[in-house]
Amino acid sequence: MTIDAVLFYVLAVVVIASALVVVGQRNPVYSAFALVVTFCALSAIYGLLGSPFIAVLQIVVYAGAIMVLFLFVLMLLNVRREEGPKRSKSMRVAAGALALAFVAEVGYVVTIAERGSGSATFDASTKPMAELLFSPHFAYTFLATSVLIVAALVGAVVLAKKDEA
Amino acid sequence: MIPINHALLLSALLFAIGALGVFLRRNVITVFMCVELMLNAVNLSFVAFSRSLGTLDAQILVFFVMTVAAAEAAVGLAIILALQRHKDTLDVDAFDVMKW
Repeated sequence: MTIDAVLFYVLAVVVIASALVVVGQRNPVYSAFALVVTFCALSAIYGLLGSPFIAVLQIVVYAGAIMVLFLFVLMLLNVRREEGPKRSKSMRVAAGALALAFVAEVGYVVTIAERGSGSATFDASTKPMAELLFSPHFAYTFLATSVLIVAALVGAVVLAKKDEA
Repeated sequence: MIPINHALLLSALLFAIGALGVFLRRNVITVFMCVELMLNAVNLSFVAFSRSLGTLDAQILVFFVMTVAAAEAAVGLAIILALQRHKDTLDVDAFDVMKW
C-alpha cells in the first residue's frame, strides 16, 4: 500500500468518526466543531484525489465562511443542549434501516461497475480550472451564480430584519 | 493511487450519516448542518468521478455546488433566525404550519 492510500484510509476514518459526532451530539456547538473537522479531513481527501483547487475552496468556503455563519447564529440564539425526548424507537429503527439500505445499494452498484483510476496527466490545478470556468461553456452559469449570491444576500437581510410594522 | 470505489463508498456512508441526522435530530440548526454533510458527500463523489474520468467538468460542478451551498446557508440561517423569533424554539416539530 502506498503512502497515499494509507493517508486516504486514515482520513476516511476521521471523516466518518467526526460525522458521527455531528449526528450523535446533543449540543449543537459541539456538532459545529465536529463538522469543521469533517470539512478539513474532506479537504485533505480532495488533495489526495488530485484536486488542489477544490481542496482550498473547501477550507475557505466551508470551514471558513459557512461554519463561521453557523457558529455566529448558534451564539446569537444562545443555543443550549437539545432538550426533550429522543425520537421514538420506531422512527430510529426506520431511519437506520433506510440509511443501511442506501449504503448497501450504492455499495453494490459501485463494486459491480468497471472504472478506470484516471490518467497520469490529470491536472486540476487553478489554471486549467479557471480556463474551463471562464470558457463560453460555463461563463453564463458563472454569471448566474453572481445573481444568485446577490439574491441570497438581499433575501438574508430581508428575512433576518426585525418587523417594524 | 487511491481506489475510486472506496472514495465513492466513503461518500455513500457520509451521505447516509447526514440523512440519519436529518431524521433523528430535533434541533433545526443541527438538521441544517446534516444537510451540509450530505452536500459534502455529493461533492466527494463528484471529485472521485472527475479523477476516474480524467475530466474537469465535475470539478466545475463542485464549484457551483459550493456557491449554492454558501447562498443556501445564508438564507437558511436567516430563516432560522426568523423562526426563532416567531416561535421561541428551535425544535423542528414546532414548525409544522406554513402560516401562523
